[in-house]
Amino acid sequence: MSRLAAGGSIDRRQPLAFTFDGKSYQGFAGDTLASALIANDVRLVGRSFKYHRPRGILTAGAEEPNALVTLRSGARAEPNSKATTVELYDGLEAASQNRWPSLGFDMMAVNGLLSPIFVAGFYYKTFMWPRRFWERLYEPLIRRAAGLGALSGLPDPDSYDRDHAFCDLLVIGAGPAGLMAALTAGRAGARVLIVEEDFALGGRLLAERHEIDGQPAADWVAAVAAELASLPTVRVLKRTTLFGGYDSCTFGAVEKVADHLVTPAAGQPRQRLWKIAAKRTILATGAVERPISFGGNDRPGVMQASAVEAYVNRFATAPGKRIAIFALTASGLRLARALKAAGIEVPAIVTPDGTGDGSTIAGMVTATHGKTLRSIEVSGRRIEADILAMAGGWNPAIGIASHLGARPVWDDAIHAFVLKTPPAGMALAGAAAGHFSLGEAIDDGLREAQAALADLGMPATVGARPATSDDPAGVGTLWSVPGSKGKAFVDFQHDVTVDDIALAEREGFRSVEHLKRYTTLGMATDQGKAGQVNGQALLAAATATAMGEKGTVIARPPDRPVAIGAFAGAHTAAHFRPVRLTAGHAWAAENGASFVDTGQWKRAQWFTRPGESDWLESVTREARAVRTGVGICDVSTLGKIEVAGPDAATLLDRLYTNMMSTLPVGKARYGLMLREDGFVFDDGTAARLADDRYVISTTTANAARVMQHVDYCRHVLWPELDAQAVSVTEQWAQVAVAGPNARVLMQRLLPDMDLSNEAFPFMASAQCRWRDGPARLFRLSFSGELAYEIAVPADRGAALMRALTEAGRSFGVTPYGTEALGVLRIEKGHPAGNELNGQTTAHDLGMGRMLSARKDFIGRALAGRAALTDPMRPTLVGLKPVRPGERVRGGAHLLPLGAAARAEHDQGYVTSACFSPVVDGWIALGLLANGPSRIGERVRAVSPVRGTDVEVEVCSPIFFDPEGVRLRG
Amino acid sequence: MRIPCPYCGERDAHEFVYRGDAAPQRPDGAEANEAAFADYVYPRANVAGAMHEHWYHAQGCRTWIVVERDTRSHAIAGATLAREAKR
Repeated sequence: MSRLAAGGSIDRRQPLAFTFDGKSYQGFAGDTLASALIANDVRLVGRSFKYHRPRGILTAGAEEPNALVTLRSGARAEPNSKATTVELYDGLEAASQNRWPSLGFDMMAVNGLLSPIFVAGFYYKTFMWPRRFWERLYEPLIRRAAGLGALSGLPDPDSYDRDHAFCDLLVIGAGPAGLMAALTAGRAGARVLIVEEDFALGGRLLAERHEIDGQPAADWVAAVAAELASLPTVRVLKRTTLFGGYDSCTFGAVEKVADHLVTPAAGQPRQRLWKIAAKRTILATGAVERPISFGGNDRPGVMQASAVEAYVNRFATAPGKRIAIFALTASGLRLARALKAAGIEVPAIVTPDGTGDGSTIAGMVTATHGKTLRSIEVSGRRIEADILAMAGGWNPAIGIASHLGARPVWDDAIHAFVLKTPPAGMALAGAAAGHFSLGEAIDDGLREAQAALADLGMPATVGARPATSDDPAGVGTLWSVPGSKGKAFVDFQHDVTVDDIALAEREGFRSVEHLKRYTTLGMATDQGKAGQVNGQALLAAATATAMGEKGTVIARPPDRPVAIGAFAGAHTAAHFRPVRLTAGHAWAAENGASFVDTGQWKRAQWFTRPGESDWLESVTREARAVRTGVGICDVSTLGKIEVAGPDAATLLDRLYTNMMSTLPVGKARYGLMLREDGFVFDDGTAARLADDRYVISTTTANAARVMQHVDYCRHVLWPELDAQAVSVTEQWAQVAVAGPNARVLMQRLLPDMDLSNEAFPFMASAQCRWRDGPARLFRLSFSGELAYEIAVPADRGAALMRALTEAGRSFGVTPYGTEALGVLRIEKGHPAGNELNGQTTAHDLGMGRMLSARKDFIGRALAGRAALTDPMRPTLVGLKPVRPGERVRGGAHLLPLGAAARAEHDQGYVTSACFSPVVDGWIALGLLANGPSRIGERVRAVSPVRGTDVEVEVCSPIFFDPEGVRLRG
Repeated sequence: MRIPCPYCGERDAHEFVYRGDAAPQRPDGAEANEAAFADYVYPRANVAGAMHEHWYHAQGCRTWIVVERDTRSHAIAGATLAREAKR
């Protein structure tokens, strides 16, 4: 055990048991998995991506490239979890990844011996030839050899929540700068949201030893946390990772609600996705320490100095017995003091120029030795050490600001990329702003919070600026160590070395974006947080370019990996999208309906009767029943829009190609709408309820789009028209009643109405009463039969279906679904969705006569273009197989007889096909070049997809009752 | 992105449907010829900078509005009701 006897932020009274690779260990509350592993002397935690080199814990934060583990098991297994950010809990189960058969002995480490092959761009160079080997051999091989953890493949048993937050000030990060800012704004009464990734507040104050107001910094943090908790307008979200900045100062964050529990409590989500809208934001995300690229810098035991400091001070562990330090910054000396205070031996402090105290060695670490670290080499001299802490300088964590379009610039004074101009509404504070000392962090937090308050017109608070201990922040830079022996890594997770950068440069990949993609530098799950800038600096040096000129890559969200489940939230399985049910749904289900998805609606497709084994059998029976008796069909899903006002008629004249202003009250009319480019948009009917009131119908698919279009015409094109419009699709349930017995049935339903042909003829409409409630009756026919549509308020829709069934029982009223509806309309040649496909014109559908020449309407001018009325355009025709019994298929291409089935001979296609009971055979509608003048001609209907080739005769699209006698009957 | 709807106040962009450039004006239909309509329907400027755009508050008040947005930064300068913008 390497647990220190005292100190740290762990709770020694709360021991926690956990396992790693099946072996049991113990840690304490307040540990991360990484600190608990260190306390248990576990040094080897993973294998690298490409070379399978043994790796240990490098960092103490989210920038960790090495210590990736699979957390939990079974369906809850979560691969690629960073041990450095996993909060320890009792019963935690973790396993190492990317090794076989075991972490200690990995067969794939042979890749390291083959490393000359696995250089940058090796995919492109090595596996090019022969081409067919890629899919069969190379790719499976590479995928098995290189990779990280595996998904369980099982459904996620946990739930994920979503929430929204609005605030005056969002503070990202609860280190000294963030805490100071939140406190300042919170005291002023601003609505403050402060988010912190860690389970503890304090940031660097948890890991470093400082004094604030003469007290240990931890006391100040505790006091601030207590005050924030007491302020009514302040909300503190711990365990919450802010992963993305988006337009208009909105942010995405994920709160790990139950990730620190074995399983979430009942009803508790595992994670919660926050969408945050902030008026002002302070980015106080601190900085990430850089590694130093020397030979063998990836050996387990080589760690970031800041991490060693955290493991000693915060977690009270001794990562090693002899900890050497290789430092470019003053933080190395601070670490040495901390180690000595903890009783840990410091065999050497190495700095390139020898600055430091008397014991410092001037020089560089050029090599490391041991399976896990045993010694380091400095200027040819071996020094025994089981840990080497490297302090390579700091990169401000500015990714979130970059998401909002701010471009980092190189600051020669601190050797780092910084933001000189933060995005509008955002300020940077502390190390994120490149101000590395504690005093500056406190100053920044105070100042930027006051500025935000002033910006928001809120009174500033007067509070004392806490006094802080002196904390000189040194900066240094050393991008590679000359004379290094062995591989010197830049990107640890993706195994990108100093040599790879040089190779990429030699091969011409000289921009940072090209370098990234060629070498995969910074493309791993850590997104190059630790090493990417080092790689860019090496590239700049190799191309003799200044860092400022070379620049850095563009950071995009997410800043940290986020589980897909968090984004999906509750929108999974049945909840993936809303389901809309008509009022008659339950009635349909009771009657044996099979349902089909039509957008979000469920529509009855057909109704299976006992003894029926095939859908076609049911559909044919239903269609036949409508032609010979009476059928009822729920058509509630069609869009319904009421248009009212003195100018309602004028508006409809401009929306439809035909005249609606001449429609008398009590009548309905079929109408066609075009897009402004002249193509058909939608069709439906308009019924005039009063001089200044219409109800129009739309297709089910276009209901929302037509509503939007009507509003566009009212608001944008002709705001001078006094006409209102509102969707009433969901307010009215509507049923089609069709067949020779339709009048008898309707008369039973509406005994007080005169439904004779004289009183209520074809295309009549009326507002009437059904069972003492409002109803609307229309004599419309999609089926070509004597037919009505009756609408009642939706809450009476189910009762209407039952009443119709009851009233029609004696003459066998038959419910029919969308399939039979389709059969009936194909027999009558009525276009529907398959023909109204956005590519057809009124002329194509044989409705050229519906384009009024007496008025303006949407699409008028462009519908008249020669190309849109060209007779050679594919135009609506009927098609029937020459050989009885043969089946034409929708989607089949129409070709002249004898022509080869090639695209150049294509003359159109089949849009709709069905088995017609009245024809007693398969029939189809299609769009055929110059179709109407080719009636009687025979063509081929070829479907390469289904492998069918059927000879068909071109005919009128109206297969049944061409004179329309029945619907007027 | 947040859009300041003149009716509803500032709302998330997900509530809106985007249409595009608000600049093209529909030719006076009665007289306008094919060429005038083709010019209205098809060519669009690829604006880099401030642009007036039509948005529809589909999940809110169902109003068409004109939003002034900078296409480079997505900064939104303001929004007016389309029917008022026309006057």
